[in-house]
Amino acid sequence: MNAMTWPILSLIVWIPIVTGVALLFLSEARAALGKMVALAAALAALVLTVLAVAEFDMTTAAMQFQEKTPWIEAFSINYHLGIDGLSLPLIVLTALTTVIVIVAGWTIKDRVSQYMAAFLILSGLMSGMFAALDAMLFYVFFEAMLVPMFLIIGIWGGPNRILATVKFFLFTFFGSVFMLVGLIWLYLQAGSFAVADLHQLPLSLTAQIWIFLAFLIAFAVKVPMWPVHTWLPDAHVEAPTGGSVVLAAVMLKIGGYGLVRFSLPIAPDGAAALDWLVIGLSLVAIVYIGFVALAQRDMKKLIAYSSISHMGFATLGLFLTFAIVQNTGQLDGAVLGISGAMVQMISHGFISAAMFLAVGVLYDRVHSREISAYGGVANTMPWFAMFAVLFFMANSGLPGTSGFVGEFMVILAAFKADFWFAFFAAMTLILGASYSLWLVKRVFYGEVANDNVASLSDLDGREWAVMVLLALLVLGLGLWPYPLIEMMEPSVANLVDHITNSKINP
Amino acid sequence: MTLSELQLALPEIFVAAMACVVLVADLFFTEQRRGFTHTLAILALVFAAIITLRLMMPVGESMLAFSDTFVRDRFGDVLKLFAYLVLAGVFVYAKHFLRAAGLFRGEFYSLSLFALLGVMIMVSAASMLTVYLGLELLALSSYALVALNRDSASGSEAAMKYFILGSLASGILLYGISLIYGATGSFQLGEVSEALAMGMSDDLMLAFGLAFMVVAIAFKLGAVPFHMWLPDVYQGAPAAVTLLVSSLPKLGYLALAIRLLADGMGNMHADWQAMLAVLAALSLILGNVVAIAQANIKRMLAYSTISHVGFILLGVLAASPAGYSAAMFYTIVYSITSAGAFAVMILLSGNGVEAENLDDFKGLARRSPWYALMMLMIMFSLAGIPVFVGFFAKWQVIAAAIQAGFVALSVLAVITSVIGAFYYLRVVKLMYFDEPENNAPVTAPIDFRAVLSLNGLAMLGLGVFSGGLIGVCVRAFG
Repeated sequence: MNAMTWPILSLIVWIPIVTGVALLFLSEARAALGKMVALAAALAALVLTVLAVAEFDMTTAAMQFQEKTPWIEAFSINYHLGIDGLSLPLIVLTALTTVIVIVAGWTIKDRVSQYMAAFLILSGLMSGMFAALDAMLFYVFFEAMLVPMFLIIGIWGGPNRILATVKFFLFTFFGSVFMLVGLIWLYLQAGSFAVADLHQLPLSLTAQIWIFLAFLIAFAVKVPMWPVHTWLPDAHVEAPTGGSVVLAAVMLKIGGYGLVRFSLPIAPDGAAALDWLVIGLSLVAIVYIGFVALAQRDMKKLIAYSSISHMGFATLGLFLTFAIVQNTGQLDGAVLGISGAMVQMISHGFISAAMFLAVGVLYDRVHSREISAYGGVANTMPWFAMFAVLFFMANSGLPGTSGFVGEFMVILAAFKADFWFAFFAAMTLILGASYSLWLVKRVFYGEVANDNVASLSDLDGREWAVMVLLALLVLGLGLWPYPLIEMMEPSVANLVDHITNSKINP
Repeated sequence: MTLSELQLALPEIFVAAMACVVLVADLFFTEQRRGFTHTLAILALVFAAIITLRLMMPVGESMLAFSDTFVRDRFGDVLKLFAYLVLAGVFVYAKHFLRAAGLFRGEFYSLSLFALLGVMIMVSAASMLTVYLGLELLALSSYALVALNRDSASGSEAAMKYFILGSLASGILLYGISLIYGATGSFQLGEVSEALAMGMSDDLMLAFGLAFMVVAIAFKLGAVPFHMWLPDVYQGAPAAVTLLVSSLPKLGYLALAIRLLADGMGNMHADWQAMLAVLAALSLILGNVVAIAQANIKRMLAYSTISHVGFILLGVLAASPAGYSAAMFYTIVYSITSAGAFAVMILLSGNGVEAENLDDFKGLARRSPWYALMMLMIMFSLAGIPVFVGFFAKWQVIAAAIQAGFVALSVLAVITSVIGAFYYLRVVKLMYFDEPENNAPVTAPIDFRAVLSLNGLAMLGLGVFSGGLIGVCVRAFG
């Protein structure tokens, strides 16, 4: 346990939220000030997360930097924060993404301060959700996030934004209310909402299956898993670039994180009994949605489907555990699968953010997302094309980029579970390469297609900064993933150990 | 009757006296000085609150008075305090509207104070006759208030409907009371409860009596299938009266349900639980689904009320202290929230023309970002999205219902709230995503703006710091 005496996690959560609320009231005339303040707050949160990483003890699976104050005493609900190796990387990802979207949103013209405020509040809520160690606190953050995202898509989105944002809201809300019922039921059994208490609570198999299903609906919508994914392409297409980036980079990870933090440890036997379901849905997502991505004409839609397919890897990696342990009798393979899933989530956060930003760069200039509106962009924007091609290659899992590491680990783990799992999972290497590279070919290579493309200007300084940062992250994680894996190792091992022990009450 | 008994009823006596004072004093104020009536009425509420706070009953204690027909306990005191608070807010909101609509008259204030008195008597009732007394006082004042604008055809129509259906409900309640009296030999709720515990009474008579009582409660609350009057009354009444009718009486009707069912008929909870379960399920479904189809904001909020009544019943039917305190929290929160929603509607009404259509909300975020934000918080709170207080209300009710074994009903409740979220989101959509149709600035007096801001911020504040109010409600049944 570290000797950190000041509430670093609370600061990471509340600095963005408080700044965001203050920015809501800034008048339109002082937009420039609003942007600077927003950037400062986002950077402050990032610096604090970096500090947290520096102080983080990588040798233990225990929760660190804990803070605990009573919140609703009548129901023994606490404001309880703390992080371990599973949540820390996601909090770093959140802080990084926030800085990136604020820089990327510099050119927004309409209601600027409110735009920045919405992203800051969203970012604080997401960090709070990753750090929450009380299920009720988690749920409050989990749901409250819907409000800023609803407004971001609805106010700054594309022409069809209202359908998209209402669909997004209602899908997610629908999923999460079942989790609420499940959590309340658990509370009545355990007498506490503390995540640690719920982890230890013995439950009958039937109860575990119901709880698992209730949680699965909530998290599957968020991931999103096939067949509840249909809100995502709409939301992505209509959201402003920053909205798409946050949605893909962080919000989708919330589903995966929820499965790791709640579903698996609270209902391990339920998860073991139903792992075939999740594995099946994940494989459908990987293969079928991969084909769907191939057929897209809209760049953002293509990336959206690619996200669903890649998140299928994450859920696959998480749920291979039981089959691996059964087949090999050892926990190593399961650790590999879950670590792979976590790496895949972080890596997808970087890559999808980068791809959406690349599309945003083109959209800002040409105002079209159609693939057919482009062609030969590499001729007029060579530097941009270099970055974009790197990101799309990373998306197809090129070794040396972060996209390769997670997929490789999950496929390796899948071989220990079942050959066919690995076979279908590996199909993504072909499909991912197909849709990514085909898009690169149609948009970037070839002759200059039209006057719009001919008049394109290359990246400006702000765009350069964002692209270089993301390129470094994608390559850095690809070439040297060890620190990330090491950071997660004790927590993942602890998780695997926990979920492979039955907690059916005698 | 002793002096200490009078002291127990001091808040009621004070409010009754002040209602008369306001009625008489108003005769001496000229049209220009009508503001004094307003100030006097608000001062009456402030002093009533001070008296109630000074005489607050300790947790877990209760005292009977007037031959055991009147009870003072923590539950009643807390409800009364919120009744003053809600009515004070209503007065501030209503003044702006009544002025513009040419209805700024003293009767509004004296009738509202009489309605408050009715609520207070119901809240403190320990006998079925006291319950009836309070209920009728509240009901008669409300009928008159709905007809406040006597030249309005729709107002008179609404008042007529309200009167006829309301009287029917009162008659049904009275019949139920007489049956219970016949079976148990007492009006006093404690004695009724004891007689039931002895099990010496006629079951058939009791069953009929109980059924009539539940029907009357459902009528008053507006639970499906006894909800028909509610949308028409909300729509027909002047906005200021709708504001009042949608908020204050709910506190009294909650007390009506808890006093009669829990205090009096607690031993028959298995019977009334089943009846309330049906009423709650129907209200949740019909209220939320039909609200979607409404283009008139008052009707939309009326159906929304019906769905919230479903939630309140869900808390009551848990038949446990947790359930009652959840229902109490829900009702308090709902009446505050509902007052805020109607206040924004009044804000948008200019020159006495009511902003009745949802389209009047279009582009409010451009015309007035601050009030749009207040309305946004009110709508998300009604929809039950954390961290707004409506979520904590729903969550507690669901927890109590699950604890009592009503898991399927709880799942139904959460699913219907997802359906309900749609029409609340539509208001947010109109305010934030659409362009305004007129750009006239939104204006209101300073007191209106201040109270509305507090009301909106309360959605957030009561949510973030929900522990306090939850504790108050839990202790009321401790």
